[in-house]
Amino acid sequence: MAKAKQENEYEDIPGTFVFNADRSRQGYGINMFCMSLMKDANRKAFKANEAEYLKQYPLTPEQTDAILKRDYNRMLELGGNIYFTAKLGATDGHSFRHLAAVMTGSTQEDYAAMMLAGGRSVEGNRSKSGKYDKPARKAAAKKTAAKGTAKSAKKSKKSSKKRK
Amino acid sequence: MAKIIAGISSSHVPAIGAAIDNKQTEEPYWKRVFAGFEKSKQWMAEAKPDVVIAIYNDHASAFSVEMIPTFALGTAAEFPPADEGWGPRPVPVVKGHPELASHIATSVILDGFDLTIVNKMEVDHGLTVPLNLVFGSPKEWPCPVIPLAVNVVQYPPPTGQRCYDLGKAIRRAVDSFPQDLNVVIFGTGGMSHQISGPRAGLINQKFDKAFLDGLTKNPKALARMPHIEYMREAGAEGIEMVMWLVMRGALDEKVKELYRFYTVPASNTAVGHIILQNGVGAKKAAKKAAPKKKAKARKAA
Repeated sequence: MAKAKQENEYEDIPGTFVFNADRSRQGYGINMFCMSLMKDANRKAFKANEAEYLKQYPLTPEQTDAILKRDYNRMLELGGNIYFTAKLGATDGHSFRHLAAVMTGSTQEDYAAMMLAGGRSVEGNRSKSGKYDKPARKAAAKKTAAKGTAKSAKKSKKSSKKRK
Repeated sequence: MAKIIAGISSSHVPAIGAAIDNKQTEEPYWKRVFAGFEKSKQWMAEAKPDVVIAIYNDHASAFSVEMIPTFALGTAAEFPPADEGWGPRPVPVVKGHPELASHIATSVILDGFDLTIVNKMEVDHGLTVPLNLVFGSPKEWPCPVIPLAVNVVQYPPPTGQRCYDLGKAIRRAVDSFPQDLNVVIFGTGGMSHQISGPRAGLINQKFDKAFLDGLTKNPKALARMPHIEYMREAGAEGIEMVMWLVMRGALDEKVKELYRFYTVPASNTAVGHIILQNGVGAKKAAKKAAPKKKAKARKAA
């Protein structure tokens, strides 16, 4: 059951809702609603009466609620995809940074500062269960550029010890 | 005969397109990004490809969730820029190369790759930003572009191995096209980034650099990397990097890395860019082969 195993594996990535076939099926209404916002007339109709506009789409009460509350993480959890939900953000006149701040529970300023400082580190962000705290390095790092990569890996181990 | 002279990969961050369209390229934040593509523009101006094949992904512009083709090859004469919610980008219409595109479709399908063939398609920043980065902002794009859209939005995208093998099939198709054409193939997207959920903002420079090294030197091993590793190490949306393997598969196993650029961040994303020259291994192989023949001849004598 290699496939099932792989699905479990990506559910172990923290803070991540992988847009798989099941979520796509569940979230079809969310994503098609978002897609409709590509047209200006639809954006205006939505903004004029949001709850009424949403009745055109096959949405569960939880999905409708998440959209009305602009709960972007909940939308992703219920089958929304970021490229689609970003269209809702744009309809509200928000930059992507606004959405990123909402999803990460941060302020826009702090989020921007984190990105400028090199982004969110993968260290401590690989695995909910802790099973995959270290990189697998199966394909990319191990077999190529062997010496250079190995040295830099050692260095990073040392520096992470220092931090501790 | 047509031949692939080089492969180029580049990120396709939408904010880069916005910076170009809003004339912010001289601002320090963006200057850092654009400066990294100056040499590439020079290289492209000298290489003057006759056709570009661009591997990219659509971002809910041409394809919604109504239809999700894994590989969609554009065989049309023109591909207009898509309206991504702020009006279409002020970039030229992308002109296709229907003859070569149809030949590629025929050849790779018979080779075992069941492509979707698209005769009407708008193209979004995923395609037009990389064109800007290496061609600048001309009134018309300097050559025809054949778009090949890959699904990386709904899990699972095609495997790295499948992408790599499709590249090989594209190579065979180009090599068998009777017209003399110099072709450059683009792999776009990446590098590490996650733009969704509480882990948004993830960047992994170590992964990216190893990926660039592997792309040049050991693509066969890189092609075997499973999706989970891209997602965990390079972010949920970092999985776009499988598209670079289509480009890589279309090149010889041995290539010459002409140029590399890497910077963090552009908006939410690590920007990576590489130019790989094709056809360098063949000369070496020919040289190596020649003395062997002589040796054999001597033995025989």
